[in-house]
Amino acid sequence: MSTVDEQGVAGDFPGGAAAQVDVRRLRRQRRAELFAALRRSKTFLIGMAILIFWVVSALAWRWIVRDPQAVDPAATLASPSGDHWFGTDNLGRDVLARVIAGAAPVLTVAPLATLLGIAGGTTLGLVTGYYRGWIDDVFSRIVDALLAFPLIILAVLVLASLGREPRNVILVIGIIFTPLIARTVRSSVLVEREREYVAAARLRGERGPRIMAVEILPNISGPILVEATIRLGYAIFAAATLAFLGLGIQDPSPDWGLAIANGRAYLQIAWWMVLFPATALATLVVGVNLVADGLRRAIEE
Amino acid sequence: MSTTERRQAVRIEGLTVAYRRRGRLLRVLDDVSLSIGAGEAYGLVGESGCGKTTVAMSLMRYLPDNAVVESGRVLFGDEDVLTASPSTLRAWRGNRMAMVYQDPGTALNPSIKVGEQIAEVYRFHRGMNRSEALAAAVEMLSTVQISAPDGVARRYPHELSGGQQQRIMFAMALATDPDLLVLDEPTTGLDATVEAEVLDLVEQLRAQFDTSILFVSHNLGIVARVCERVGVLYAGRLIEEGPATELFRDPRHPYTLALLRCMPRMGMRKDTDRLDPIPGSLPPIGADIAGCVYAERCPIARDRCRAEPPPVEPVGPGHGSRCFYHEEVPAIPVRTRASDEVAPAAVPDGVLLKLDECVKSYGSGGNQVTAVAGVDLEVGHGEVLGLVGESGSGKTSLAKCIVGLLDPSAGTIAFDSSDVTSARRPREARRRLQMVFQNPDNALNPSHSVRTILRRSLELLAGVRGRDRQDEQMDDLARSVRLEPRHLDVRPSALSGGLKQRVAIARSFAGNPSLVLCDEPTSALDVSVQAAILNLLVELQRREGVSYVFISHDLAVVRYVSDRIAVMYLGQIVDVGPADAVFQPPHHPYTEALLSAIPTLDPEAKTRMKLHGTLPSPSDPPSGCRFHTRCPRFLGDVCVNVEPPWQATADGERYRCHIEPGELARLQADQEPDTTGV
Repeated sequence: MSTVDEQGVAGDFPGGAAAQVDVRRLRRQRRAELFAALRRSKTFLIGMAILIFWVVSALAWRWIVRDPQAVDPAATLASPSGDHWFGTDNLGRDVLARVIAGAAPVLTVAPLATLLGIAGGTTLGLVTGYYRGWIDDVFSRIVDALLAFPLIILAVLVLASLGREPRNVILVIGIIFTPLIARTVRSSVLVEREREYVAAARLRGERGPRIMAVEILPNISGPILVEATIRLGYAIFAAATLAFLGLGIQDPSPDWGLAIANGRAYLQIAWWMVLFPATALATLVVGVNLVADGLRRAIEE
Repeated sequence: MSTTERRQAVRIEGLTVAYRRRGRLLRVLDDVSLSIGAGEAYGLVGESGCGKTTVAMSLMRYLPDNAVVESGRVLFGDEDVLTASPSTLRAWRGNRMAMVYQDPGTALNPSIKVGEQIAEVYRFHRGMNRSEALAAAVEMLSTVQISAPDGVARRYPHELSGGQQQRIMFAMALATDPDLLVLDEPTTGLDATVEAEVLDLVEQLRAQFDTSILFVSHNLGIVARVCERVGVLYAGRLIEEGPATELFRDPRHPYTLALLRCMPRMGMRKDTDRLDPIPGSLPPIGADIAGCVYAERCPIARDRCRAEPPPVEPVGPGHGSRCFYHEEVPAIPVRTRASDEVAPAAVPDGVLLKLDECVKSYGSGGNQVTAVAGVDLEVGHGEVLGLVGESGSGKTSLAKCIVGLLDPSAGTIAFDSSDVTSARRPREARRRLQMVFQNPDNALNPSHSVRTILRRSLELLAGVRGRDRQDEQMDDLARSVRLEPRHLDVRPSALSGGLKQRVAIARSFAGNPSLVLCDEPTSALDVSVQAAILNLLVELQRREGVSYVFISHDLAVVRYVSDRIAVMYLGQIVDVGPADAVFQPPHHPYTEALLSAIPTLDPEAKTRMKLHGTLPSPSDPPSGCRFHTRCPRFLGDVCVNVEPPWQATADGERYRCHIEPGELARLQADQEPDTTGV
């Protein structure tokens, strides 16, 4: 190597050993910045507090509350009291225990369904967005047709024919989410594929699947993460709806949707049977949405 | 005229501005003082990040929310803009000061007709009624030299060209007859011919309106053309100020001198001249510097420079420099040594790349746009072919066809006598044909480390397998573009623009290519960084014996690196030949117009040839000669009806025109500005 314009090159360098520390720090700083932005966001913190409360409930209800299945025939439909804070249901089961334990089924079904939808939607979105052409056309028409059809009816049909196991609920919600998520992912891919690093990857002979998975995917992880949290909120709601309709989780599960359905008959005499599980459901959905909102803003920053 | 005799329109006194970022104050302007006389044009130059825009925004008090004015005043007469009440400020912003921004496309409201937008200014500031205001707007449109102002007033911004949009912005700014017009890079992003139009307009408006102008630009040539006085900003400090002609002829601050020396000037050639980049880099924003801000990069810095900040030392009438040793500046030697030149690699004779009637069109049916309309082109082994033309002339489409990112619609591309017309080409052809993109921010995957990016190229293009061997070769590769090992393990976002472009260059050279397409590789970089990158490209080309197709809108840069030059207009090559021949008359009238549009530092540059109208749409190209709608040497019906033949000149240049070389040489000798002298 000659020494031609050695100094010229230095012209470009952020100079000296200090710079090395600098770049390392910069990298760490970027991650720290995201966390700092999240910590500053009240929306995110409140949402996260609610979410953590329910996750802890879902995992540790055994040690927090009494047995949600324990029947107290002496105290059916008891109103809230010092003994039963949230009252009891028609079988004399403690509503508080059932509300706390009810976080478990919903927080199993919804995240798994979301995960399934994200996996399918991301794959589909990458393929259609990257290749465009007829694949994209066919897919877009299918999504349009699907969206014209009431999704809840679709879910009802499928669950009625396949059976009502939790596995099928997860599958149905996940599959319905797939095209919706794919559309979001596709629009991000359409922007990303026009950037020159994709052209550069093609120039060095990368194949399509690798460009999608290794080049494009890491750069759209932000929007996908946001989409996932938003979808989680919808999934919780969808799971509760299906349970309410009797198509999801069955008795004696303390699931909230199911509890609301059961309590509906007693609404006039035992409002607590509906109010508490409904409030629980509402707080969880709101909490997840707050997290999604905070996350979206932090990523945009 | 010196400023002391003149009434001062605006005076900035000791302006110190900082930005609050994460609780810390980062100082971007430090004790900047300047004044602009009535009717004077003051140019503010400097590289990106030196604080130019902050000065402009302070004048308008358009500073962002996190800006803190630590001290200083911005005085119109004896009133301070920085302490004025919001209502006073609102009135002033119309009547006393107005601003024209860099990008006219985003500064205009897309859903309101331009006439109405200008009329709004009259209604608000002059209290005119609707019809009066509209009439005044139309009149202003003709003042800013818009032909058929009535029609234009009824159009929406997107129906106008970039040059016309910028004229609208000037019309809006001038509608209230402001005392001060702030122009923030008003021609950046416009084509050279449009830029020339806008600059002519600025000059003409100055003569007409007696408005003071603050002209902010990174382009020294433009400032030299338009402004009487110039201030040079560096790291937030005004380091030199003086009359434009004197400052550019006899700079007295080492930074100004270095800035002038690192620009490729017209007539510089890679064979004879090396560019002189500035060592080191701009201090980080908010850095606490005890002495002279430039001391770290200065060739004549001494201990005193690092200890105390230099005051403004008077150099001549109205000319001051913040340098203790300004008297030594003219004697600073040019640093680059031509004797260190690498021995050029041996290259075989003959043609490496041959394009035959290459066509690329987009869309179908009635909506067809032909970006490349039948191009024949040859590139020899080890040759640099410069490709120039306005945006929309099809340069990038052609490059993408050559490199295999697009399939040509018709014609053939032969590369080293094998056919590579299709974008699906053998690995060997792909390895040997690579590309360096315009914007390194975009061209490097932000999620990958530099090492990953280079490793993958080595693996796929050079066929290097195994981590150890890859790492070994990577060190060589990095060294050849002067990246240091510490740059390999970071992501591109941690690197400066110049370093990113080095990574991109290294990537394209990973598989020992035979031809590299450089698509505006330096247009996103500052001049001092551009010099280093151009030097690198020239050195690599020489050592590896590769060929380049070098696309650029900067003719001085193209001239510097190219052996041959091809000029494109509306998808066709109109002029091609050895670099010197293309730059000298006789040449195609379009080449002539492009050349005369270049702003030079030479104060005695001759009158410019103007190009009328805008680039016609490539979906409906003009009949006969495609250039006839704008040609300054238009002959008549023959140009409209007959496609012009190729004409060959004595010096090996060919151009497409109805005018014979002898006749053209005679015509062009009268008007040609001197661009060939060294």
